[in-house]
Amino acid sequence: MSVIKIVRISLMNLHEYQSRNLLNHYNVLFPLGKVGSSPEEIYDISEEFFGKVVVKAQIHSGGRGKAGGVKLCNTSEEAKVFAKQILGRKIVTNQTDSDGVIVEKLLVTEITDIQKEFYLSIIIDPDFESPVLILSSEGGMDIETVAEETPEKIIKLQFDPILGTKPYELRKTIRSLNLPKESQSDFINLILNLYKAFLETDSTLIEINPLVLDNKNKLIPLDCKINIDDDSFFRQKEIFKLRDKNQENPIETRAKDFDLAYVKLDQGNVGCLVNGAGLAMATMDVTTKSGCFPANFLDVGGSTDKEKIKEAFRILVSDKNVKFLLVNLFAGIARADLIAEGIVEAAKEASFNLPIIVSMRGTNSEKGFSILKNSNLDIHIAKNLGNAAELLTNLSKDSINK
Amino acid sequence: MKLDKNTKVLIQGLGKDGTFQARRSIEYGTNVVACVHPKREGTLFDENIPYFETVKDAVSKTNANVGVIYVPAAFAMDAIIEQIDAKLEIVVCITEGIPIHDMIKVKNYIKDKNTTLIGPNCPGLIFPKLKIKIGIIPSNICKEGKVGVVSRSGTLTYEAISQIGEVGLGQSICIGIGGDPIHGTSFVDVLEFFERDSNTDSIVLIGEIGGTKEQEAAEYIKNKISKPVVFSIAGTTAPKGKRMGHAGAVISGKMGLAAEKIKALKDAGAHHASDPSRIGETLKTII
Repeated sequence: MSVIKIVRISLMNLHEYQSRNLLNHYNVLFPLGKVGSSPEEIYDISEEFFGKVVVKAQIHSGGRGKAGGVKLCNTSEEAKVFAKQILGRKIVTNQTDSDGVIVEKLLVTEITDIQKEFYLSIIIDPDFESPVLILSSEGGMDIETVAEETPEKIIKLQFDPILGTKPYELRKTIRSLNLPKESQSDFINLILNLYKAFLETDSTLIEINPLVLDNKNKLIPLDCKINIDDDSFFRQKEIFKLRDKNQENPIETRAKDFDLAYVKLDQGNVGCLVNGAGLAMATMDVTTKSGCFPANFLDVGGSTDKEKIKEAFRILVSDKNVKFLLVNLFAGIARADLIAEGIVEAAKEASFNLPIIVSMRGTNSEKGFSILKNSNLDIHIAKNLGNAAELLTNLSKDSINK
Repeated sequence: MKLDKNTKVLIQGLGKDGTFQARRSIEYGTNVVACVHPKREGTLFDENIPYFETVKDAVSKTNANVGVIYVPAAFAMDAIIEQIDAKLEIVVCITEGIPIHDMIKVKNYIKDKNTTLIGPNCPGLIFPKLKIKIGIIPSNICKEGKVGVVSRSGTLTYEAISQIGEVGLGQSICIGIGGDPIHGTSFVDVLEFFERDSNTDSIVLIGEIGGTKEQEAAEYIKNKISKPVVFSIAGTTAPKGKRMGHAGAVISGKMGLAAEKIKALKDAGAHHASDPSRIGETLKTII
């Protein structure tokens, strides 16, 4: 199959400067540079490179070049002016939401002359059930676009879970890139170093784009991006200390701290509280089809308790767009009675009086219903998902007519 | 994969959730013969089922042939490997949040072994006819019948089961294969089982956006499945690029789109439940 699927499964992203520091430990060396957070600092760093620098906004998003987040400067004064313009501002790229992400730090590096550009990454491919190396002569471009438009320009190489790379295979692949001899072994070493880092840091993505060959035939990674598997938190505590919450959506961060999965959607007025990702998606599909749109949804997951439900409820109703609440739970590992108690307590605390449509089935659902019925909340009980969508449609029509 | 009257179940990981679910399985009628806990050897679970220090001990004393895992994610890989080494026929891993690098190792290790792994991050399976419940699927929504259910999503498995009941039908076996990008038993493995299983007359398959596993299932249905299949794909309205809770459920590239999956399955002759609330209804029209 020639089509590439880069499945971005992590929420834990590193900044470029953090990724550079991390990879330095694995003998991956980048152009000299330093990070700063004030125009004066940026000026001073630029002076060290005689004013000829690249200044790059440190944000958790690709596409920052096109969005004006990268500047090639000829003098330190120019770098300072750019820093003044961009620090503290938000950048909107084709990968961020419409709010954009804030620029708090800038990376200043020396300028590299470019003879040739490559794309290089290691990802986990669910089809191969192993890490794969992705390599392309189309450096600096968005790899998914390359994969769609010119798939023949992409080389994909599977890492064996035990052997890692097979040196003969790697040599053959690198030879096909038509590089000068002395650069070929550098290329191989770079891949081996990156793979070591990939394994040891529980990465799901290490991307070097572009990787350049300079005029002296030296291979230099210009930019890098690392995503870490969120589920590796328990053994990657040092890396998780690098997490920059200011780059995340604050509500998503709050949800994450309670081990809840929150997804904000761009339109709609229905807050959805669900358990399980599949049911969340199904709930969204069914409500959307009936003409009501979710504003957000919050997945409380499998194992849940009252405190988690209460926090979930608070997060949902903190969204001002929410006019209805749809609770759709199927209790397997979770217990419906505890969930119901959580909803009632949280609604009381928040003096919440909007309509709540509830479909709740599975473990202890009868108990759960009686708790809800006996509360003073505006509860509408649905017997299943389809029925919940009907109730919702009726209620929203009523509210428009009013 | 074999489940019958002689199925003997071992449970590993008896924390709060594991204990609660173990009791539900036992109440339902599942033959739970052993519990594994490193510090409770020599005691009994609920004054009835012996605890063992290791899975191998438990298997040699009780002949357990199916294992279920509720241990925390940090220790789950070790538990899966331990159960594979003890030669259990089926290992069901309920645990969610296992690092993906661990699952790469597990999948590589299990390759040439005779153990079937279901999950992780799955609700397990239930077999109403023989009252076998291995995992967390609520038994009160299940009813003995002839519909086989397979799903990537836990709660959506329950949704399908309950809709099957609402139209007056019951289930032969329901299996949740899990929502992680790298998991054990696949749609194709379960479809193959349903095709052979004389208790199963029709099949409900619940997929979701992301990955290409539904397309693989479609290919298999086209070539190998004679029984009628009803399917639904969750996430048809999900925005591109957002991670929809399941790590595997991110639309990235064309193949992960719901439309691609729906087309492949329809082309294979499966019946499409136009939204996830119409699974039962659609099933009824073809039976």
